[in-house]
Amino acid sequence: MRSNSSSLTPKAPLALTIAAYAGLLFLHVPILIIFLYTLTPDETTYTFPLPGITFKWFGIALQRADLWRSVTLSLQVAAIATFAALILGSLAAAAVYRSNFFGRESISFLLVLPIALPGIVTGIALRTAIGGFDIPFSFWTIVIGHATFCVVVVYNNVLARFRRMQGSQIEASMDLGANSFQTFWYVVFPNIATALLAGGMLAFALSFDEVIVTTFTAGQQTTLPIWIFSQLSRPRDRPVTNVAAMIVMLITFLPIFLSQRLTASSSDTEGNSK
Amino acid sequence: MAQQTPPAIKFDKVSRHFGDVKAVDEADLEIRDGEFFSMLGPSGSGKTTCLRMIAGFDRPTAGQIFLYGQDVSNLPPYDRDVNTVFQDYALFPHMSVSENIAYGLMVKKVARPERMKKVDEMLELVQLSGFGGRKPSQLSGGQRQRVALARALINHPKVLLLDEPLGALDLKLRQQMQVELKAIQKRVGITFIFVTHDQEEALTMSDRIALFNQGKIEQIGTPAEIYEHPKSAFVAGFVGTSNLVRGEVARRITGMDVTFSIRPEKIHLGNIKEKAPTDSYSSDGTIRDVVYLGLYTRYHVELDGGGDLVVVEQNLKSTSMDVLKNKGQRTRLHWNKEHISKMGA
Amino acid sequence: MLNKISTYLYLRPKLVLWLTLGPPLTYMIIVYLGSLFNLLINSFYYLEQFTGLIVREFTLGTYARTFEPANLEIFTRTTLMAIAVTVMDAIIAFPLAYYIARFTPPKLKTWLIIAVTLPLWSSYLVRVYAWKLILAKEGILSWFINLLGLQGALDWLLGIPAIGGSSLALSPLGMFIVFAYIWLPYMIIPIQTALERVPHSLVEASSDLGAKPLQTFRTVILPLAFPGVVAGSIFTFSLTLGDFIIPLSLGNSKFFIGQAVYSYQGTAGDIPLAAAMTMGPVVIMIIYLLIARKMGAFDAL
Repeated sequence: MRSNSSSLTPKAPLALTIAAYAGLLFLHVPILIIFLYTLTPDETTYTFPLPGITFKWFGIALQRADLWRSVTLSLQVAAIATFAALILGSLAAAAVYRSNFFGRESISFLLVLPIALPGIVTGIALRTAIGGFDIPFSFWTIVIGHATFCVVVVYNNVLARFRRMQGSQIEASMDLGANSFQTFWYVVFPNIATALLAGGMLAFALSFDEVIVTTFTAGQQTTLPIWIFSQLSRPRDRPVTNVAAMIVMLITFLPIFLSQRLTASSSDTEGNSK
Repeated sequence: MAQQTPPAIKFDKVSRHFGDVKAVDEADLEIRDGEFFSMLGPSGSGKTTCLRMIAGFDRPTAGQIFLYGQDVSNLPPYDRDVNTVFQDYALFPHMSVSENIAYGLMVKKVARPERMKKVDEMLELVQLSGFGGRKPSQLSGGQRQRVALARALINHPKVLLLDEPLGALDLKLRQQMQVELKAIQKRVGITFIFVTHDQEEALTMSDRIALFNQGKIEQIGTPAEIYEHPKSAFVAGFVGTSNLVRGEVARRITGMDVTFSIRPEKIHLGNIKEKAPTDSYSSDGTIRDVVYLGLYTRYHVELDGGGDLVVVEQNLKSTSMDVLKNKGQRTRLHWNKEHISKMGA
Repeated sequence: MLNKISTYLYLRPKLVLWLTLGPPLTYMIIVYLGSLFNLLINSFYYLEQFTGLIVREFTLGTYARTFEPANLEIFTRTTLMAIAVTVMDAIIAFPLAYYIARFTPPKLKTWLIIAVTLPLWSSYLVRVYAWKLILAKEGILSWFINLLGLQGALDWLLGIPAIGGSSLALSPLGMFIVFAYIWLPYMIIPIQTALERVPHSLVEASSDLGAKPLQTFRTVILPLAFPGVVAGSIFTFSLTLGDFIIPLSLGNSKFFIGQAVYSYQGTAGDIPLAAAMTMGPVVIMIIYLLIARKMGAFDAL
């Protein structure tokens, strides 16, 4: 079979190349603009070109306890939601991969719903249910909300890895004398480890900057995105918001980038072994 | 008073049904200790399901499987003294060759020095000394095959299962591995059960063959028995090529109400003017087609009273020019009465 | 001991299935489907206007209220916006996806895919926020437009009543740009996946049969990539329908569905009406998903 990725890559028409890179610029330039605006001395407007350059907002941001409380809260929520998603997502992936049961196709559908349906649906549904049962809105209601849409990320990653893994490996391991637990530990886990890591990091990033569902499931708690959102309508020290936005970008950028590299590179090596 | 060794594997009315599909249906089978036994059949005939039930990956829906007299029907794979060489080798990609081979010993918690010693022995057995540090992805197909074999043999199983292990190799390598597998089996003295759909492979390697068709065992016997005396039309057709003669034509030739098969190479193309030898069957016909195949020539002969037979003759003296001249000639075919295999109508 | 447990489980595959499937299924069914169902039930209750209390009695009255002119207008406005955004994203995404899928060597391809995926996962809110900076009256876009001397054209655009407003940041036009920007990666990736699956031999066969590149593109590549476009549109359409952050941060005072739902349940405390309004996008999306599945778009997801 001839693969598309052969060295015989055809040359693109110039107009297509320009359109493609214009699209890429459109995707990325706005984010850089935020970074630029962290340096503006202008407190009340978004004047461009910047009237000057200052680094004082980083210092002021450091002093803002409310900002750091929400960063901490977001980190905690993301960590716990990710942990739950890792367990639930990989269990579901294992079940779907290992057995053939009635309604297997619907599992993916059920898991993908929370991200396929508009976030506001998930948000208001959860809020109504939580409120209806008189459960107080808290840290844990935020986590519960986040877990619903994080599960599918882990599930997709792990299931894709399972499907690329030679199924006979599990049989081979048992055949050689390893029981189910040993087989999991020595064979299955090493095979899916990077997929777990990649899925987990994506789930973390997704949770860390989620705002729509969170506005519905949070009580008095202010996660970092909610903090930023409130700054959008009632700005106080606008440039501090720029710094906060930059923090979100940086904290989410690394795990997303790494997880992309992980899934890309592991598919390379698996391609070789075939 | 040496007690007689029980059969390595015994199937007692074993069935495996998947819903309505009878993958294996009431199979009875005995595989002797130390034998090289082949399960032969087209895909979907149930041979692989039988192998999977012996390994423990699958369990019979009815009947029992005995391993040296012990009922193993409901034991998980890791509690059976049976190891498998997989069709796709199933090497662990994240482990080196040595770690792959040592896997069985590692999960049994054999001490490391002992493990390494055994691994070296195995690498030597399969002629891969010095390859221990590599990853499976750095090996060729034939080398992976050997690693899979070494990994399965290190536990000294009572029975080694091989699931079409040569299927992915090219012809030359395959023939070489056939010879090597036989040699290794002699050396280690383990019962080998070999699953294949390649009749030639089964005939050359096996002590005995079981022929599977649609979930049932059609015939069990030595390669010669199966080849010379197929018990059914299916066996005759699947192993080698054969002429199947039935009905009116069969009655005219033998004078009996039978269906029989006769191998093309057993038939002589006789001179139409000469009498056929006694104790042979004969039939007159016209050569309709001649196919020159180098080593031998294949003739398609139309019989006078209807029906046709395929005959092959080795080209001992004749050249392609000679044999092609035979087209359209009249001939008196004859063959020894003992060479036919009668089968139930 | 572990061996015994392992064997016990090995002989009972059904039990293992329930042990693995049970927790995620229970969680999703109870927490997620349960909430959705509860929301559905709530949409059949109504809010007593004078007391401000929710009356738990079956009524279709709340749904009737969603068909009031003001609400219908909201539905129409939002749906039109979703359609416009979807079309725009398809137009921007196609060249980029086509370029990545067919004209890049493997190494560059990996990097480009990462470049496209990064914004998909990275902060949605921050990316909206960036546009607030960009679109502001005194911001970078105005500066750039002035630089090009196009101030007149912009003023003219903002003068059109349906899409205009006092500035880009406070107009439907600005919202449209931001929506298109935010959901763009969701369109690129499925199209690229679909294009990646167009067998090379098919393209060669087409040109072999005498088709010009443009003909090949139109008759072979475009139809085969279309399921990808549909798959991408699921996201762009659905996400636009339900979003309330962008209209809240950038739009004028005209409501969109998400915004309406948000304010009905929040300030008005009218959960039944909010629930009934939510069913709008849900129904639209379910119909959309069913059509998409018919067109084979799910394979491109």
